[in-house]
Amino acid sequence: MRIPCPLCGPRDRREFTYYGSDDYLNRPSPDAGEAAWDDHLHLRANPAGETHDLWYHEAGCAQWLRVHRNTVSHEIYGAELVAGRKGDAQ
Amino acid sequence: MPELIAKPALDHAPLIHGACRMDPAELGPITSVALYPGQEKAVAKVLKPLGLSFPAPNSLSANGPVQLVWTGRDQAFLIGGEAPEFGTAAATTDQSGGWAALRVSGDAAAEVLMRQIPLDLRAQAFPPGRAVRAPLGHMSAVVIRDEAGFLILIFRSMVRTAWHEIETAMRSVAARV
Ligand SMILES: [Zn+2]
Repeated sequence: MRIPCPLCGPRDRREFTYYGSDDYLNRPSPDAGEAAWDDHLHLRANPAGETHDLWYHEAGCAQWLRVHRNTVSHEIYGAELVAGRKGDAQ
Repeated sequence: MPELIAKPALDHAPLIHGACRMDPAELGPITSVALYPGQEKAVAKVLKPLGLSFPAPNSLSANGPVQLVWTGRDQAFLIGGEAPEFGTAAATTDQSGGWAALRVSGDAAAEVLMRQIPLDLRAQAFPPGRAVRAPLGHMSAVVIRDEAGFLILIFRSMVRTAWHEIETAMRSVAARV
């Protein structure tokens, strides 16, 4: 499996550390309430198919990436830098 | 004041196996130049009198013995010369004591290094002027390709391990000829 780092180019997945769903990019406001924080911290979807998740390019540029991939086919559609990205994760 | 004794990170003699040679490399000062957001133009202005430009990812800008090597997002290492005053354009930190370097050259250099660095380092894919962040074994490295071969920067505390790992690859490649 190779991840196309926007800075470094395609690299072996062993250069990366996996973090989890890109839900973690959407942090509720401090006063959003218990339900929103419970959802943010603990409730994850477990999709069979397309997913977006966060990977850290530890052995390369040391950037966080948002990777679009498929958990069934293992296809990787693309990756973008978390730094400087606009809008909420979808 | 305590007496501090300056010691080189590598005091090894040059090593030759087959068509590959490895030497300790002396780089002079290393300064990290990290752009503040939106300061590309201001940094370009500071660099222009030095005959340098801020490098695109995976590349470098060189003027004689001084080079500015891409090392990360909006970050580059100024190697071989004193850093100019960047003011509010970029944050600079002295990295000279943190890194050590070695040079790998010869016709088999790429073949040797590809045993430790998981990239295509052959001339066609990795020509002079390329500079990347990549793992060497389990160590974080900066890998630079110039006309003379490969220049490799490693965290100073690990450079003897890097030397050993590359020596092992050199012996292995030479034994297969
Ligand atoms: Zn990267």
